Amino acid sequence: MKKYVDQGKQDTRSGFGAGLTELGRSNPKVVALCADLIGSLKMQTFQEENPDRFYQVGVAEANMMGIAAGLTIGGYIPFTGTFANFSTGRVYDQIRQSIAYSHKNVKICASHAGITLGEDGATHQILEDIGLMKMLPGMTVINTCDFNQTKAATLSIAEHHGPVYLRFGRPKVPNFTAVDQDFQIGKAVTLIEGNDVTIAATGHLVWEALLAAENLANQGISAEVINIHTIKPLDEETLVRSVRKTGCIVSAEEHNYLGGLGESIARTMAQHHPSPQAFVATQDTFGESGTPAQLMEKYGLNNKAIEEAVVQVLNRKR
Amino acid sequence: MPDIQELQDLVIQVRRDILRMVHKVNSGHPGGSLGCTEFFVALYHVLMNRHETFTMDGIDEDIFFLSNGHISPLFYSILARAGYFPVEELNTFRLLNSRLQGHPTTHEGLPGVRVASGSLGQGMSVAIGAALAKKLNNDPSLVYSLHGDGEMQEGQNWEAIMFAAGKKVDNLIATIDRNGQQIDGATEDVMPIGDLKAKIEVFGWDVLEIEEGNNLESIIEGMQEAKSRTGKGKPVCVILHTVMGNGVDFMMHTHAWHGKAPNDEQLEIGLAQNKETIGDY
Repeated sequence: MKKYVDQGKQDTRSGFGAGLTELGRSNPKVVALCADLIGSLKMQTFQEENPDRFYQVGVAEANMMGIAAGLTIGGYIPFTGTFANFSTGRVYDQIRQSIAYSHKNVKICASHAGITLGEDGATHQILEDIGLMKMLPGMTVINTCDFNQTKAATLSIAEHHGPVYLRFGRPKVPNFTAVDQDFQIGKAVTLIEGNDVTIAATGHLVWEALLAAENLANQGISAEVINIHTIKPLDEETLVRSVRKTGCIVSAEEHNYLGGLGESIARTMAQHHPSPQAFVATQDTFGESGTPAQLMEKYGLNNKAIEEAVVQVLNRKR
Repeated sequence: MPDIQELQDLVIQVRRDILRMVHKVNSGHPGGSLGCTEFFVALYHVLMNRHETFTMDGIDEDIFFLSNGHISPLFYSILARAGYFPVEELNTFRLLNSRLQGHPTTHEGLPGVRVASGSLGQGMSVAIGAALAKKLNNDPSLVYSLHGDGEMQEGQNWEAIMFAAGKKVDNLIATIDRNGQQIDGATEDVMPIGDLKAKIEVFGWDVLEIEEGNNLESIIEGMQEAKSRTGKGKPVCVILHTVMGNGVDFMMHTHAWHGKAPNDEQLEIGLAQNKETIGDY
């Protein structure tokens, strides 16, 4: 079984900051906007190096989305930065009309997604954002798993014409994907090949899926682990091919089971290869205060929860 | 520059277009459209330096954003008669498969439209973004926008007003159609807007008023003054006092025709008050 090595824990938001810094140096059309969270979004270096291409908009996210839409008119590629909650739910209609329906080339970059934002609690955590964004026609939705992948995705979306929602997080998590990876929007990455069950994970749950696969291997269960970094457009071909082989699937995400990756997979399987599926996700609930690890444990979002879901789905397969 | 009579002829013709478009599909918003007809004619034929061919980026030309997208009949008539698309296409307003959607959109690729609008309160932010892009491009041309007075009840406008003053977006002229009416009645009854000039001035804008917002010469004079105030470190706002439904007597001075189409008889009365000038579509 292929092994992945933690090259050292880092936060995915710092991967975004590193990617944005590189874009600032390489692409004069990239501009960035932030709603009073420059430090949290790791946008300081871009701001320092490109003061003319950086806009501090204050605590006014709706205005930020509109300004970003306007900046595309004239040829710029705006990257907006704030927490995932304030990047989506708070500004849904601005994104819908001024960006998505108007097909503006805006990159909505959202940190502190999911429950691992931690101590600030449910007002700042969002577990509904993937659903909100994937329902918008023409919107690309990406949720990266570690520092290297977030940096690669940040660079990649600048080359893609059209609105993108890039989702990442606050906590430091293992950095295990290749530093020089070729990030292809819409192309899932099969991390471990297996025969008994498919585990399709996104974001912080990808590392947990790798841990689960290792434990399962010790019990004689061969799990295939797929990193779904792009939730929309979904790589249906890779998923269906895998489930045709394994016969069942566990989806894993730091998001509500309603509206998330799991539902997109269920729809795909219903259309192409109906199969038993288990959902590792939050169960239609808000989050709460706590440390990221405590919250992942309480809300069933870690490798242990994935292992339990695998056992459950294997029983249904038999 | 066309002379005043030519502009006035165009005003009358655009009014006819508006009435006929909304009558045909028995829907749309004639009141605000008629109220801003003189402003649009002055904007597109006197005030803006614009290219004949539409490009989305609008480099080295003045560009315009309509925030109160419901006055689309006016916008479409003006765009067609300015040459952006054939006037015959006005026949397709609000019909299935048309580029002339109920509210303006870029989705169908209609030349002259740079962003979708209709859900209110979003256009000023977009205009600010486009004005910032012009600054980055060292493009000295201006960005114009139009907003309804009722629309100023949307909070996003005030975020935008704060930003534009704070960041010195001085290549923007935002005009507010102060017709004093909105869907449910007079603005001062629905949600008092009060002294709009004082409110926007205190945010740090240069604000001027055009008292006769349905008089071409007053509009041109006032807007030329507004243009002269750009580039001085402050965004410029024009409060344009208009009469909703202007030019059709039974539609004037009331909110009743905000979003209601005339019937056959009412159409004939309206058209009789505005006799064909340069030719119906």
